[in-house]
Amino acid sequence: MSRIQSRFAQLKNNQKTALIPFVTAGDPNPGITVELMHNLVKAGANLLELGVPFSDPMADGPVIQLASERALENGVSLSDVLNMVTEFRQNDPDTPVILMGYLNPVEVMGYDNFAKRAAQAGVDGVLTVDLPPEESDDLIKALHPQHIDPIFLLAPTSDIRRIERISSHASGFVYYVSVKGVTGSKAVDVDAVANKLAEIREHIQLPLGVGFGIRDPETAAQVASVADAVIVGSALVQKIETLSPEAVLVELPALVGKMRAAMDAV
Amino acid sequence: MLNPLHTGNEHLPDDRGHFGPYGGIFASETLMAPLTALRQAYEKYREDSTFIAEMDDDLHHYVGRPSPLYYAQRWTKRLGGARIYLKREDLNHTGAHKVNNTIGQALLAKRMGKTRIIAETGAGQHGVATATVAARLGLECVVYMGTEDIKRQSLNVYRMRLLGAEVRGVSSGTKTLKDALNEAMRDWVTNVDDTFYIIGTVAGPHPYPMMVRDFQTVIGREAKQQLHAQTGKLPDALVACVGGGSNAIGLFHPFLEDKSVAFYGVEAAGDGLETGRHAAPLCAGRPGVLHGNRTYLMEDNDGQIIGTHSISAGLDYPGVGPEHAWLKDSGRANYVAIDDKEALDAFHELTRLEGILPALESSHALAYCKKLAPTMEPDKIIIVNLSGRGDKDIHTVAALEGIEV
Repeated sequence: MSRIQSRFAQLKNNQKTALIPFVTAGDPNPGITVELMHNLVKAGANLLELGVPFSDPMADGPVIQLASERALENGVSLSDVLNMVTEFRQNDPDTPVILMGYLNPVEVMGYDNFAKRAAQAGVDGVLTVDLPPEESDDLIKALHPQHIDPIFLLAPTSDIRRIERISSHASGFVYYVSVKGVTGSKAVDVDAVANKLAEIREHIQLPLGVGFGIRDPETAAQVASVADAVIVGSALVQKIETLSPEAVLVELPALVGKMRAAMDAV
Repeated sequence: MLNPLHTGNEHLPDDRGHFGPYGGIFASETLMAPLTALRQAYEKYREDSTFIAEMDDDLHHYVGRPSPLYYAQRWTKRLGGARIYLKREDLNHTGAHKVNNTIGQALLAKRMGKTRIIAETGAGQHGVATATVAARLGLECVVYMGTEDIKRQSLNVYRMRLLGAEVRGVSSGTKTLKDALNEAMRDWVTNVDDTFYIIGTVAGPHPYPMMVRDFQTVIGREAKQQLHAQTGKLPDALVACVGGGSNAIGLFHPFLEDKSVAFYGVEAAGDGLETGRHAAPLCAGRPGVLHGNRTYLMEDNDGQIIGTHSISAGLDYPGVGPEHAWLKDSGRANYVAIDDKEALDAFHELTRLEGILPALESSHALAYCKKLAPTMEPDKIIIVNLSGRGDKDIHTVAALEGIEV
């Protein structure tokens, strides 16, 4: 059983919803990323999404765009991100780590090379935002022998045919984009999400995570009541814009802790 | 009547938008449904005689097509080689080839019931062409433009505003065309229900590279007929500038099966290919994935897209249409690069010898023609795509000469 599968199974036994925070690797500086990851886990994160910075983050709103720019100013490459995961794994053998980013850095590293290095580093899942299942065969072929799950997105615009297609390609979990828009753009409509998740569950047995537009503990708790995982990105990353690195290490886990508490209180 | 959206040469792309290993659909999940809807609508209307008739009527009465094919006699004599014909896309309404495509896409938007148009623009020509058709159809229009480009193309910014479009400055990344495209994609993903995204070049996810190409092939079809009428011959070489590559593909495509016709796509060498400050992905880049398709890109060793440089905002783009990537690999087309200085020299030479002020983009094609023509016999024929007029560039040229206009 993969780390992602066993983590979701364990949460299900405990009747808990997964909380998955997203931070961009190397933001605000590469030196604190691993410590931040550990602190997020201590605060109640069950899986981690680590953003791989990219120069042209087309699917992201201004908050994650700026995070990507800060990381790139620090010279953070895909290789550096894999090194951070390696370092993280030395002290945390259990928490699944999902890389989230865009395809081009992976293309340049080469699919097989990337998959091997990611597996060695201890990466569990890979979500490339601009790689729909239609174009994903080669990457999946490289990831599967390394036991890395390809994570796919579903959106409010995905019809049944697309849901079925993604069902046949995805493993680990499926990430439902709760709003039409970019990351951090608008508030999530929980009722609409609940309806769509019900539709998706008729075709997909994998756990369903929900992200985009979850800003506060109240919304996290509402979404937790209908989803298998709550994914929080922009609300955390936005704090980095104004905080010192030392404060980032405290304040981001504090928000995750509040979300965890609100989700567990439901 | 021949369907003008079929050249008979559309063996590619395949049904998933691939030109060999290039092209495809590399888009986020939210856009997959609207891209499918767009492809289905386009495939339906390209066979619809009412749609075709309306488009042809607009191209004739509104754009002013056919654009002339002009024998540049004095310039030919100066260069002392092949005879040079200029395809005068600069004489189209709004001053460039861009309107051929915006007319088609706007008619499609109307039929799809969309009420809002968005576009990206670099030099502003596509933005103006989009704002123009949006004004005429009474559609809301938002144009994204890098703040760097807004500075160097202020005339076109004002034109768009006069036409009723909202010009939104994009200050992320390199603040140029690629970032404007990112921002337009973000707008589209947010407003998919009522919004039609008019991409201005043969890039982006399928079906854009195919659809924009089809709308631009009017250039090559006319040129072929016109040259035949004037000389009874096929050309020996076609020369066009390549940023994203829409004017070049529009000229080349109807000649794809005419193997005696050589194609030259001219990229922007900026300060020179050796300096790294250029916009020539086909000449000096390598394949990767950006903006919805796999193609040649300007990127660093980590796969980050790098900033480009060209005197011409319309060529200042780190990618290129996937069909050009395919034409390069297959050897059907040659891709070369012209630096800023060579383009400026050609700009001045054509202006003085022929009384035609070319766009700085098109001046790259002209500059390559200056090198090519003298190597060919006088009975040979070159067609250069004069893709746009140079009025928008007067401030740039004047500033380089220290003159305030």
